[in-house]
Amino acid sequence: MAMSEARAVAAIVGPGNIGTDLLAKLRRSERIDVRYMVGIDPASEGLTRAEAEGVRTSAEGVDWLLAQDERPDLVFEATSAKAHLASAPRYAEAGIQAIDLTPAAVGPFTCPVVNLPEQLDAPNLNMITCGGQATIPIVHAVSSVAPVSYAEIVASVSSRSAGPGTRANIDEFTETTAHGIEQVGGAAKGKAIIIINPVEPPMIMRDTVFCAIDPDADRDAITESIHRRVGEVQAYVPGYTLKADPQFDDPRPGWNGKARVAVFLEVAGNGDYLPTYAGNLDIMTAAAARVGELLAGRVIENKAVSA
Amino acid sequence: MNERVRLVDTTLRDGSHAMAHQFTERNVRDTVRALDDAGISLIEVTHGDGLGGSTFNYGFSLVDERELIAAAADEAKQAKIAVLLLPGLGTVTDMKAAADLGAGAVRIATHCTEADVSIQHFTEARGLGLETVGFLMLAHMSEPEALAKQARIMVDAGCQCVYVVDSAGALILEDASDRVAALVAEVGDQAQVGYHGHQNLSFGVANSVLAYRAGARQIDGSLLALGAGAGNSPTEVLAATFERLGVETGVDKDVLMDAAENVVKPYITRLPVMDRSSIVQGFAGVYSSFLLHAERAAERYGVPAHEILYRVGERRYVGGQEDMIIGIALELAEEKKSA
Repeated sequence: MAMSEARAVAAIVGPGNIGTDLLAKLRRSERIDVRYMVGIDPASEGLTRAEAEGVRTSAEGVDWLLAQDERPDLVFEATSAKAHLASAPRYAEAGIQAIDLTPAAVGPFTCPVVNLPEQLDAPNLNMITCGGQATIPIVHAVSSVAPVSYAEIVASVSSRSAGPGTRANIDEFTETTAHGIEQVGGAAKGKAIIIINPVEPPMIMRDTVFCAIDPDADRDAITESIHRRVGEVQAYVPGYTLKADPQFDDPRPGWNGKARVAVFLEVAGNGDYLPTYAGNLDIMTAAAARVGELLAGRVIENKAVSA
Repeated sequence: MNERVRLVDTTLRDGSHAMAHQFTERNVRDTVRALDDAGISLIEVTHGDGLGGSTFNYGFSLVDERELIAAAADEAKQAKIAVLLLPGLGTVTDMKAAADLGAGAVRIATHCTEADVSIQHFTEARGLGLETVGFLMLAHMSEPEALAKQARIMVDAGCQCVYVVDSAGALILEDASDRVAALVAEVGDQAQVGYHGHQNLSFGVANSVLAYRAGARQIDGSLLALGAGAGNSPTEVLAATFERLGVETGVDKDVLMDAAENVVKPYITRLPVMDRSSIVQGFAGVYSSFLLHAERAAERYGVPAHEILYRVGERRYVGGQEDMIIGIALELAEEKKSA
């Protein structure tokens, strides 16, 4: 009993690849007890796997989850935007904090190394997109030491890791990521591009970040800020690395008098359930797990106070 | 009696690559007027990388493509204006804006194995009443049957003409016609099939003729071959060739030749040629628009452009991954330093 009092109770809604990988990560947490996993398909392999690991599961979805005597403190939504839009008000009403891995964007955009501390009390936190989690920390690292009038990111992902949801609405990726670059990254204007590459063996996720900066911006400070930020992301995504030193280019015709810094990233996953090349999926689950850890810390503090 | 073929001109879209995206409104108006007079019925006008392509990664446009699309639509009397859209870069919002400015057709392009990302865009395009064309890019990377399955996805989504797009200029004769034949067999009379060639290995026009014989009924060209890599099949040569073959195009070859000589030639900054780098692109199967980016990185980092392009081919990078070029140039520079 002491054990459960010292941990936040969590549920994962959506037992697909993302939910299953997230479960593997959260089971290593000392602050989070994943008590429940729910889906809507009794034949779900993810539910079977979770059940075998001692998690209580149900194919009766959110109705079942909310009918439990001990409701979770945190819910991780790994379904679809549509499903989350329907469930979000119910979680809020039940006082359950939601970490949303879908594109629903009910709550504010959250990137753990950038703006999480301000959002610890938000009832609903949105994880933006995979490309956003990979690149917004870098845009922010630059914009925190030099004004960024425009930032552009190119995310290259393996064909095998681009799921049906992404494929059915790829505009949602580009538009949401662009908004995240502006609202969280701190660029005045954002642009996002995603490329799907079918090469075998599958390519590891790559991301390139271009930021327009003033020609006389402090390049050493920018480089240092980027290196420091990469280290911070590595705390939850060990395979997040720079492929080369940041590259600075002086203004060229068409750049409106701005110089440019280009940052080349590789994002290898942890290989928990998802394959290593699928760094784009891993960084979502790893970032969500990170957010969960920090929210759980708050939940545990509150429990201690009320006990 | 030979069936008619439609020549589609992409001087003002694929040619944007060779122009480093520096087309002026005057260039666009003059070119559209000449193509329209020649009887070309579909003229593509967009940033080389499609709607929204004006970026650090692909190069910024001198003039906003929306202004150029509006100018083209204003200038065309009989021709329809087409725009290119690569899902993942351009969006439905961009497409709607282009339609509002007078574009009547959209060509939606995906890598040859990833057609399902275009379903959203075809659905919306048909809803807007646009003529729809599908581009299966870097078609040399898929075998004919696999390519045909991807064509099926586009046609089922509302694509009215699906293209074999030889983005790398890598297809040689039957490589092209076998792919076209597979697509024709798959889509039957539910859609037309088209062919878009590049001159990197000099097969643009020959492949186009074989594509026609295999059933393609829309063929792309650009005036003076103005396009990525060693350029596209020259529209004026296609017109002359099909006329000699007794295949009606509805286009006046002499007016086109005049347009190439007197409208396009005076404003171009670079005449596409089969130089070392573009031949390597055809040989190694590299997306043609990587050429100028490789040249720029070569100059910046002091390594040969053709070596960059060989390595791009080995890694099997696809259209849109121009950002990888800088990384490769850095690698090569590092290797040379330590050698």
